Amino acid sequence: MQKALIVNLDSCTGCGLCQLACSFEKTREFSPTNSRITLSVWPKTAEFVPVVCHQCDPAPCMKACQVPGAMTRDPKTNAVIINPAECINCGVCVTACPYGGIGLDKKKVVFKCDLCGGEPKCVDVCPPKAIIWARPDVASNVIKRISAEKLRAASKRPIK
Amino acid sequence: MPHAYIGRLLYVDLTTGAQRIEPLNLDYARKFIGGKGLAARYLFDILKPGTDPLSPENVFIIMTGPLTGTLAPASAKYCVVTKSPLTNIWLDTHAGGYFGPELKYAGLDGAIITGRAKEPVYLYIEDGTAQIRDAKGLWGKTTSETDTAIKEELGDKMAIVMCIGPAGEKLVKIANISSCYRQHGRGGAGAVMGSKNLKAVAVRGSGGVTVAYPEEFLKACHVVTRKHIFEDPNAEFGIKWGSPSILWWTQESGTLPTRNYQDGQFEGVPKIDADAVLSITIKRHACFQCPICCSNYVAVPSGPYAGTKVDGPEYETLTFLGADLGIDRLDAIAKAHLLCDELGLDAMSAGATIAFAMECYERGILTPKETEGIELNFGNPEALMAMIEKIGKREGLGDILAEGSARAAKIIGKGSERYAVHVKGLEVAAYDPRGSPAMGLAYATADRGGCHLRGWPIGVEAMGSTGSYWMGPALEIDRWGTKNKAQLVINGQNQYYAKFSLEICDFGLWENAPMSYLLWTATGFNEYKDVKAFVLAGERIVNMIRVINVREGVTAKDDTLPTRMFEDPVKTGPAKGHVVKREDFKKMLSDFYALRGWDAEGRPIAKKLEELDMKDITRKLPWLKPSEKR
Repeated sequence: MQKALIVNLDSCTGCGLCQLACSFEKTREFSPTNSRITLSVWPKTAEFVPVVCHQCDPAPCMKACQVPGAMTRDPKTNAVIINPAECINCGVCVTACPYGGIGLDKKKVVFKCDLCGGEPKCVDVCPPKAIIWARPDVASNVIKRISAEKLRAASKRPIK
Repeated sequence: MPHAYIGRLLYVDLTTGAQRIEPLNLDYARKFIGGKGLAARYLFDILKPGTDPLSPENVFIIMTGPLTGTLAPASAKYCVVTKSPLTNIWLDTHAGGYFGPELKYAGLDGAIITGRAKEPVYLYIEDGTAQIRDAKGLWGKTTSETDTAIKEELGDKMAIVMCIGPAGEKLVKIANISSCYRQHGRGGAGAVMGSKNLKAVAVRGSGGVTVAYPEEFLKACHVVTRKHIFEDPNAEFGIKWGSPSILWWTQESGTLPTRNYQDGQFEGVPKIDADAVLSITIKRHACFQCPICCSNYVAVPSGPYAGTKVDGPEYETLTFLGADLGIDRLDAIAKAHLLCDELGLDAMSAGATIAFAMECYERGILTPKETEGIELNFGNPEALMAMIEKIGKREGLGDILAEGSARAAKIIGKGSERYAVHVKGLEVAAYDPRGSPAMGLAYATADRGGCHLRGWPIGVEAMGSTGSYWMGPALEIDRWGTKNKAQLVINGQNQYYAKFSLEICDFGLWENAPMSYLLWTATGFNEYKDVKAFVLAGERIVNMIRVINVREGVTAKDDTLPTRMFEDPVKTGPAKGHVVKREDFKKMLSDFYALRGWDAEGRPIAKKLEELDMKDITRKLPWLKPSEKR
């Protein structure tokens, strides 16, 4: 069964451990710049948003890519994979992604999340479990429940 | 390139504008770990003894640790080391947040700043290069205004900024440094930046940190996080409530400073405790790379201070802006906390100094004439707000209190010295030593003055901490006795000094073995495979800093406690009737010197320094005989 990576923004504490685990897995260096998941912080107001590839299907990046075989889909995880042997590192996929999910490194090499082959390293290290890795319907139900709790709290009549 | 360290230090002379990069001395790094220890070794080389802390000659060091910027839990800290204008001795002051890791990603382990710029400037570090930039337009701005303005000017919303507020500019001796909404609180480091016309340091980096043994290190990070944080019952308080929960422990043990240390329990605790703080918390906020996430971002929902939003308050601010001022209103504490942060004031020393002034006012030493009509009574939140503003801007009585309680008492006179609760000029932290004699010894012998984070024996002594980690091998401890107390403090100090050199947070880890293991696998310094080397490094750093302090004039008679702790008994609670007995204190201190291998004046002797592999510094120490110098 394929799983989906969904972020629960309410739980994120801004610790950035996801970026450290990710960059270390991919580059053997602790370096947020080279992480496939990117944390943005607004420290003054304690707001944090981790930006991650959503593995869209159909994916705008794949549609935009004009190089045959440079971007393919992993049948096991449904992740969109960059194939370095074919990729010309033009960066068109970076432009095409509506979410900022793809990066270029210092040497202008394209990189993106490949779901670590089905065991995303960011998930294990996330202390508040803000990164949900589950069957897509289960993951979305978690988010629905969180929204429901907000509505419940806002409601004048508490539900018993 | 070394592992865990970047291997590069930035030197900036603000007088000439000259800057250079030098390789990190890896022999120093190996012996002194990083952070405070490493900075101490450099400070010893660079700082001329007797330097005026607010002169261009003072040295301002920013230093990260080997674990900063890695996956190691709760290790994003970094420190500022300088000579304190408040105490005229050693100062290290640490902050979490994002700055330390970003500095390493920018290609530096640290920066050593000297001199004084002709006009206000800030330093912008980007991927190993530094620019000195004009800060005239930033002068006078609060810390959050400065943070925002610098990001705008650089056109980089991701830049990480450490800066001073108006208090640092005005050389307030209890001014702090704000580091991306965390604070280098104690000892007046903000005034040192102000004296150098250095408004801020901004940093941005795109590099990374490598480790020596990647697989071992990665596994260790996972295991340590699980075993020593999530599965350790002693770490639960930080995860569940954050530091406000400590208020329950000090209240229960009767060691909560109340109304300027006149008492050890505060009746208003239920209104300001961790449950109260969580009731107005809208978000938990972690420092970078921290799984604990102890910080509570609160919003005051109603009342005169409605709309106040601030990261905090934490235990020490709940005490020094609350209990120690007789204030039982959380909304007022949050507001006062925000004011201190924005003006750039150490909330602990500011609160403690105002507590001192309140006692003076109630005893008639200060009158409405001096306070300009402010009713400076305990429990008056408006008086607190007004005094914070006055201290931050050096107006009226605030100009005197801006000197800190010890100097303020000397200026005010009339017997007020008795009500200034400080050690070596630094206001004593929020654990009453009258209910914990070893805590008194820890304060008296702490490197930067009355600090609680240089050994924390109170946990074992008075709060029933169960872990053996505070003291290494189990020691038989009786709360009110003196037996084993010096050893308890020494074990705690050795650990804390090593830990704060590794730049692991106070709440991060409390056992030597996992810290030593992380240090070994990250740096590849194989001696740290054995935890004994880690403890020995802690002892080495204690001695290094003691040498610096002795060189600055600290003697045995400075290793003491404020008169109140010896003479005024606690009024209520489990410590009722207790003082720190002078003869007990004398006994503990002489035990301490003996166990430390220091002479009766508290000076490290040549044999001890040789034992700690520090022969190289002996020739610079005037108290050693010529034959003992190398």
